[in-house]
Amino acid sequence: MNKEEYQKIVKKHEPPEDKLHNTIYAFLIGGCVGFIAEGLTQVIMNLANLPRIEASTWTCLIIIFFSSLFTGLGFFDNWITKAKAGLLLPTTGFAHSVTSSALDYKKEGLITGLGSNFFKLAGSVILYGIISAFILVIAKVIISG
Amino acid sequence: MIFLYSFLIAGTFCALAQIIIDNTKLTPGHITALFTVLGSILAFFGIYEKLIELAGGGASTIISNFGYLLYTGALEGFKSKGILGIFTGLLTKGGAAIVGSVIFASIIALFFNPKD
Repeated sequence: MNKEEYQKIVKKHEPPEDKLHNTIYAFLIGGCVGFIAEGLTQVIMNLANLPRIEASTWTCLIIIFFSSLFTGLGFFDNWITKAKAGLLLPTTGFAHSVTSSALDYKKEGLITGLGSNFFKLAGSVILYGIISAFILVIAKVIISG
Repeated sequence: MIFLYSFLIAGTFCALAQIIIDNTKLTPGHITALFTVLGSILAFFGIYEKLIELAGGGASTIISNFGYLLYTGALEGFKSKGILGIFTGLLTKGGAAIVGSVIFASIIALFFNPKD
């Protein structure tokens, strides 16, 4: 049996990925994260008397803290596998990728392991975010004069 | 009402990301980078600001918000200091997320070991 035939058979017996189910799941969980974030922002705004911008930065930090903590405790990987984009796209996904690479490469030493792999997954977000923001601001400046 | 919009907008972004993951060969790494860039593009057209007004926390937890923060930070920097301000101001707003995740991840890496 050659490789192509084998691939065909594998494909036939693979359980079909339920795309609709995945999408609904991502929608509901992502929505819940947004809902919780808005709730936290409102609580912080009222308790600490902060303007919305500062309150949402605090909310962001709290969410990052908890997703790092849950990653450290070990059950956040399962959550991400189940929730898929629902937890990947909010800030939770960013914090998870940083924390999990920090944990995974800790053994290989502080500089060559932890240090050089810290932004292994999140680096692309920072890199392309900065490049795109820079180019767009230049474009905005040129357009508006 | 802002709670409903938070739910709907955060959910819609995530569902969109999931549809892209399911139907293309892009990995989660591509998706987060793509949505960050999308955030700064939406900020460029002034759409993301309206999304945040409408949905508050829903729009500001999505990774696109990071792109929006970088863009607005750089633009405000330009308004106060000119070209140099783009360089100095770019990370002023988005920096909180980077610093936060670096600090918390380091603390967690200090106390926990990977589970396998």
